[in-house]
Amino acid sequence: MSVLVFVENHAGQFKKAAYEAASYAVQLAAQMQTTAAAVVLGTVAEDTVRSLGKYGIQKVVCVQDALLDGFEAHAAAKAVAEVAKGIGAGVVVLSNTYTGKALAPRLAVKLQAALAAGAVELPELNGQDLMVKRTVFSNKGFADLALKTAVKVISITPNSYKLVENEVAIEVENRNGVVSAADFKAKVVEVKKVTGKIPLTEAELVVSAGRGLKGPENWHMVENLANALGAATACSKPVSDMHWRPHDEHVGQTGITIKPNLYIAIGISGAIQHLAGVSGSKVIVAINTDKDAPFFKIADYGIVGDAFEVLPKLNEAITKFKAAN
Amino acid sequence: MKILVCISNVPDTTTKITFSPDNKSFNATGVQYIINPYDELALTKALELNEVAGGGTVTVVHVGLADAEPNLRKALAVGADDAVRIDAAPTDGFQVASEIATYAKDKQFDLILCGRESIDYNGGVVPGMLAEMLDLPEVNVITSITINGGLSQVERDIDGGREALEVSLPFVASCQKEITEPRIPNMRGIMMARSKPLQVLPAQGGALHTEVSEYALPAAKAGCRFLEVSEVEKLVELLHSEAKVI
Repeated sequence: MSVLVFVENHAGQFKKAAYEAASYAVQLAAQMQTTAAAVVLGTVAEDTVRSLGKYGIQKVVCVQDALLDGFEAHAAAKAVAEVAKGIGAGVVVLSNTYTGKALAPRLAVKLQAALAAGAVELPELNGQDLMVKRTVFSNKGFADLALKTAVKVISITPNSYKLVENEVAIEVENRNGVVSAADFKAKVVEVKKVTGKIPLTEAELVVSAGRGLKGPENWHMVENLANALGAATACSKPVSDMHWRPHDEHVGQTGITIKPNLYIAIGISGAIQHLAGVSGSKVIVAINTDKDAPFFKIADYGIVGDAFEVLPKLNEAITKFKAAN
Repeated sequence: MKILVCISNVPDTTTKITFSPDNKSFNATGVQYIINPYDELALTKALELNEVAGGGTVTVVHVGLADAEPNLRKALAVGADDAVRIDAAPTDGFQVASEIATYAKDKQFDLILCGRESIDYNGGVVPGMLAEMLDLPEVNVITSITINGGLSQVERDIDGGREALEVSLPFVASCQKEITEPRIPNMRGIMMARSKPLQVLPAQGGALHTEVSEYALPAAKAGCRFLEVSEVEKLVELLHSEAKVI
């Protein structure tokens, strides 16, 4: 029973989350004393496909049907399930991105497989079962989930698993004619990519602000700091509810859950719902005028001070640091 | 349109999460339960779509025990026409999707709306599994939806942007924030909800695919190191050399 990883591409490119899934699959295969293969859908240049060898993928099946260039869950699930059955995969791994979230449930039903969505660590083997650690209660807790079926599907939370380099020779098999137009149940009319901005779900560094900024007209200070750092911008729920910032910047229990390497919270008190969405961050810096703000309880570094005083100074210090490094 | 909305019953967003002493179960003592916030958006959107269409019905379905009934009554008060509770403790996304699929398969719903995930187990797997079981299209994390005849225009979040799609009815969609604002029940709605049908159906049962063996709370933080406003350069240095994140 080998391990198959679905490596998602965006316009022919693999993002970090895709390599994380590949690396995770290779480590899991090693634990299970088997091999890991990858499946890639649509048009991807061969050099890009071969880059998976750097993380230990020995075989890639490229389903090259041009119809698969735009992601559609129904057709993608058919193609991945066919490859999985063909190689006798015991575990299918994918990223818990929006693409993975659409694909994994369908795939699990097709393969009659148990699904662990949002794994944060490598599983433990327990007889025929896999024990997978995932977050529950919107990051307020963890659960060890036993996957009890013969075939299993695991989607992994981006930025929770460290890439392991392990260069191997890679074999590429190209296939065609796996899907037909009838498999595509939804038609993509338009794709609006966010440009000139780091997508929050992919960001390793995030600068976030709350009501302490007093109004949308002051957000240039947050954006300047984010630009200096190369970070994405985020905000608290009240800020998006008041339409100071777009909804897609709202992090928290009912917004986006993120786990960047660095989260800088400016003028956010730290309500339990907000903390749930960001507590997975590796390092948290809180800046708040109130020394009793709940954010300081989960922060690694804190400055008690006014955002309007601290932000320009911090921006200056970061700019100086970036120039020197 | 005949719309089905799937509802989860979840701990209130302000809940401080604790587990039993043996870490085998969630400690529900004193916890206030609410309709999952994303499901509340799905319900409101279903009502709005029928208001635009000039008619139709909205059924809410829940897999769970009797303690969820106050929240099903709330869904009726918000405006759903009838509620169905499938009588089983929900423990696994596959189980919940299977029960709903069995209920929905011969009912000819035009549209099935869900929240994008429940805020307790966060799997987000029920909408996609349900669609696969019913052999329907599914669009996840939608931020807008309009319907013209048998065709629907939806927008969904994608990694790094947004996508506009066209999909034919019937289909399943999972709702993201931004699709609408939740509707609060008014006094008339609360009065009317008392006489609306709330049907309890037996569960089909079946083997579970997954089982939680143990829960854990996140590790406590070591504590916050406070710096003065004048020490921002030191903060940057610490982020670089100590925390190694920049």
